[in-house]
Amino acid sequence: MAKITLNINKKDYPLEADPQMPLLWAIRDLAGLKGTKYGCGVAQCGACVVHLDGEAVRSCVTKVIRAAGKKVVTIEGLSETNSHPVQKAWQEIDVPQCGYCHSGQIMSAAVLLREKPNPTDQDIDDAMAGNICRCGTYLRIREAIHTAADLQKKTGTKG
Amino acid sequence: MKQKPENGAKRFVSKKAVTMLSIFIFIVAVGASAFRNDLPEKEIKFNTITRDSVASVQAFEIVYKTLMSPRCMNCHPAGDVPLQGDDSHLHAMGPKRGVDGKGVYAMKCSNCHQETNVAGLHMPPGNPDWHLPPAALKMVFQGKSAHELAKQLVDKKQNGNKDMQKLIEHADDGLVLAGWNPGEGRTLPPVTHAEFKKAWITWLQSGAFAPKK
Repeated sequence: MAKITLNINKKDYPLEADPQMPLLWAIRDLAGLKGTKYGCGVAQCGACVVHLDGEAVRSCVTKVIRAAGKKVVTIEGLSETNSHPVQKAWQEIDVPQCGYCHSGQIMSAAVLLREKPNPTDQDIDDAMAGNICRCGTYLRIREAIHTAADLQKKTGTKG
Repeated sequence: MKQKPENGAKRFVSKKAVTMLSIFIFIVAVGASAFRNDLPEKEIKFNTITRDSVASVQAFEIVYKTLMSPRCMNCHPAGDVPLQGDDSHLHAMGPKRGVDGKGVYAMKCSNCHQETNVAGLHMPPGNPDWHLPPAALKMVFQGKSAHELAKQLVDKKQNGNKDMQKLIEHADDGLVLAGWNPGEGRTLPPVTHAEFKKAWITWLQSGAFAPKK
């Protein structure tokens, strides 16, 4: 066990954890932020995606020690008022069915829109191929990302 | 009128003295050169090529079967999606190479591949510098014959402008070495890293001959 301070959603969490513990465990069980989901545990499904210094890492295979001294953003911290263009678009298109995978979907989509503000369908496929949705909401995900891109442009906000 | 040297005339310096002085200078020069530390020893060694087509092609057999093994070839695919597993299938999720070889958007290599292997069967292998060759220099292994690969490896336009020394050093590159630490559930390359390196250097230093086929 070691003392590790994680900065999650701009707040410091002093934790006592095994440095080899998956970041997902620390986020959910030690910091108590339950928005990030456990899916497969082997980096195959994308349900556990969070931002680590802006990158969409899979927290189920990321050791907690890798996040020490870095900025972690979870679905709870993507925006303070659920007003991120991706979140707004997700609501507008009513994307989720069961919703389990969607915190990961949204976190991945946010990285795409930050790096490619006006993505093509191919860009969306390339960026989102690692996020699996067993309800099959892929077409709505794609539509919502285009909508989010439009919202970003109109409002001048950045993902 | 020519003057003849007189027999028995005294020279300015005697023959014996000249001989002794020459030997002394030679010994001092040889001795001093042994203490020089500015000789590019490595360079001399690396640039030593003894052309031997038979030895070279024989060594390349080992190099080729290693580079075409899944642990090496999987990250040198013909397309823009890496390969995976001992059967070199396309990587699940279809991650793309990207400009720098490190993936794209939310699908960057290091989003899953950590600095070290993740424990467990078939879990993501790790390395701090995990990447494919960049888009501008794909260094494809997949589908290449031994002849084609040998030519490609020493072509500076296709190998990242690597000369003999850099090629030899590349045998100890971190990602090359990672092939021998692939994580649980993956077979090792067909020879040890030491055997590969020996064959690699032999191939290069005996002229980097390409097999006929």
